[in-house]
Amino acid sequence: MHSPMRTPLGRVRGLGSARSGTHHFFLQRLTALGNLILTVAFLIIVMSVLGESYSTVHTTLANPVVAVIMLLALLSVTVHMRLGMQVVIEDYIHTEGMKVALVIGNTFFTTVIGLAGAFAVLKISLGG
Amino acid sequence: MADSPPRIMRPTSPHLQIYRPLITMMMSIVHRITGCALYFGTAILVWWLLAAAASPSAYATFSTVAGSWIGRLILLGYTWALLHHALGGMRHFIWDMLHGFGPKERVLLAKLTLGGSITLTIVVWAIGLAIKS
Ligand code: HEM
Repeated sequence: MHSPMRTPLGRVRGLGSARSGTHHFFLQRLTALGNLILTVAFLIIVMSVLGESYSTVHTTLANPVVAVIMLLALLSVTVHMRLGMQVVIEDYIHTEGMKVALVIGNTFFTTVIGLAGAFAVLKISLGG
Repeated sequence: MADSPPRIMRPTSPHLQIYRPLITMMMSIVHRITGCALYFGTAILVWWLLAAAASPSAYATFSTVAGSWIGRLILLGYTWALLHHALGGMRHFIWDMLHGFGPKERVLLAKLTLGGSITLTIVVWAIGLAIKS
């Protein structure tokens, strides 16, 4: 098969692209839009409980609308920041082993942050 | 992610060390720096949620740290980073729709991002401080 878009050397090496670039780009934009909307909602929520007592904060976060907004924000933000940090790592770290280790660490960190936050929100709203 | 080792080490293009700083270039760098700062800033948000889920005393600890002058400084920085990065993201949306690449527009967009983020940060904190007192 002759593809005019690839050099003979490129075909012999067979590495090609990882074929996830467009998806990465699109998901970064999709979550950016999500972040934008959810960030505004998040700022309003935080402002409304500034300096309030523990029980007020707890009751506010237990509200289903607030809880769902927080869960959506955590999902959108952690997916977005994982993609974003992966690009930063790939741009600056050129040792293969270190790069892979950091990309894995990035996934672990963002997953822990996202799930810990979601657990907290669910505990507040479901656990009474 | 599929890199094979280069067969010849070619010279890489000189960039930061050689170009005169331009506002568009600075805003690009700042978008990346704020993105990375927000990355770790998300941990503060999750600490807040976990503290509220855990107990009144855990929440009191969070409030003390967040309310201290250093805590407030970090939260002020977080607010600015979030607003600046959000406006920078909107600039990316404009570019993604193939607008805003002209020499004048580029500079105008960069200035609006910076001016907008500083103004919005002041507005948000003014409202916040007014609510608290
Ligand atoms: C807490 C929230 C956020 C975090 C933790 C975060 C984190 C990041 C990180 C780490 C990057 C990679 C930086 C780089 O490649 O230079 C990034 C890129 C990006 N962010 Fe965010 N971000 C957040 C909110 C937002 C918001 C609200 C928007 C949108 C309006 C946004 C739009 C973008 C865009 C468009 C990019 C890609 C830039 C590029 O392709 O060069 N982000 N973000």
